[in-house]
Amino acid sequence: MIVSMTLELKDIPGQLVIALAPISELHGNIMSVVHQHEEKTPRGTIPVQITFEIDQNFLDELIERLEKSGVGVARVGEERLRSSVSVVLIGHIIHSDIGDTIDRIDKTGFAEVVDLSLSMPAIEKTSSAYLVINAEGEKELKNALEILREVAAKKDLLMIEPIRLNSEAA
Amino acid sequence: MKTVRLSIIGFGAVGQGVARAILSKKEMLTGQGIDLCVVGISDSKGSEINVRGIDLKSALERKKQKGTVATGNESALDIIGNVEHEIVVEATPTNIKNGEPGFSNMSAAFNSGKHVVTSNKGPLALCFSQLKEAAEDNGVFFRYEATVGGAVPIFNLIHESLAGNRVIGIEGILNGTTNYILTRMAEERLPYDLVLKEAQELGIAETDPTYDVEGVDSACKLVIIANSVFGEAASYRDVDVTGITKITPEALELASRNNYVVKLICEAGNGTLTVAPRLVPKKHPLAVGGTMNVASILTDLAGKITISGKGAGSIETASSILSDIMYIVRNS
Repeated sequence: MIVSMTLELKDIPGQLVIALAPISELHGNIMSVVHQHEEKTPRGTIPVQITFEIDQNFLDELIERLEKSGVGVARVGEERLRSSVSVVLIGHIIHSDIGDTIDRIDKTGFAEVVDLSLSMPAIEKTSSAYLVINAEGEKELKNALEILREVAAKKDLLMIEPIRLNSEAA
Repeated sequence: MKTVRLSIIGFGAVGQGVARAILSKKEMLTGQGIDLCVVGISDSKGSEINVRGIDLKSALERKKQKGTVATGNESALDIIGNVEHEIVVEATPTNIKNGEPGFSNMSAAFNSGKHVVTSNKGPLALCFSQLKEAAEDNGVFFRYEATVGGAVPIFNLIHESLAGNRVIGIEGILNGTTNYILTRMAEERLPYDLVLKEAQELGIAETDPTYDVEGVDSACKLVIIANSVFGEAASYRDVDVTGITKITPEALELASRNNYVVKLICEAGNGTLTVAPRLVPKKHPLAVGGTMNVASILTDLAGKITISGKGAGSIETASSILSDIMYIVRNS
């Protein structure tokens, strides 16, 4: 699983190494570390955001080890949906059942519609929608887009996707 | 001094632009030891032939006054087949149904051992490989920079400057009319129909805008890229095309609020050819406005290279044609 944590370090040298060591000891794979040295907490500690991949069974052990070594664990969260894409839909979005359109993505289990803005100028005119879809990874995101393409084609909606060359091969 | 004789077949906006460019660059060309001598010009009503060189200034003047350059009845094919010269500049209008008269003109030029420089998309979108083979069989050059992106040197960039690279994909805006319409719709929050009308009044869109707004023109250009760059024997039918007619100002507004613009994007790569409206991040190099064209080329060695410029216009298109002429003069 992918975990993001906010740790609180004492403002003395060598604390970051102490905080990261148990993650690698438990075979975790560190993906990003954001060390905000200039932003102290009211408690005088320095917050650090880390994201890493780790076996779920080791998570409790990790938190225990961190706290034992004097590192405060302020927040633990699972980063389930890491990939994101924006699309625009144009057509009779409401009358072709927007609920169903969103459901088709949400019920995959690997992707969700996390943002939706709608614009309906007049009853007889076509509506426009802006959607953000999050998914577990790039592969899942592609699958979700493929599903949305099929739904859009069936409901006669124009689907505007982002440019590809940038996101894929590059 | 190296004298190179050429004919201009088709004397509309592009053909006249070529004549003007040759006139205005006479001194520069002489400085490089090149004398471009136009021996024949033809338009739909007839032609002018002068083996010692046509006075381009009076030819342009006559076209302006009388609506034709013709001083005689010889056809384009008469000039190509019977007048001695080295380069045929084929600038007749694009015909996407059967490629004529461009296809016959180009074939006749190759068969009589003449190089061809063209701005005419039709024949290339329909029978690229046939024309390329004919040029190779006759040992002559076939140059078509002006067919895609107007003044933007896409093919020269890929074939000369990026020689040795493998092109992984190309993505860009290759139609100025649709770019103008989408830019105006987004900026002024106006509906499609209204902006189209405005574009027609400004001469940016044609009376029958179908070719542009349904993505046909973009698709033709993509087919030429697929053939020229990827060596695919692709034709118009291989392109997945979606136009811009269904796009609403509200959709552009929603996109804009989330830092995107919507552009009619041509994509080639992974063996697929697509023309469709796409979301482009506002700060992305592809997010050019107005009638501008742009192409982003992803290569294995150079990475990504993006060029943009004017995609249409008489003198801008003539720039690409002149550059092709110069290439032939220097390499033959």
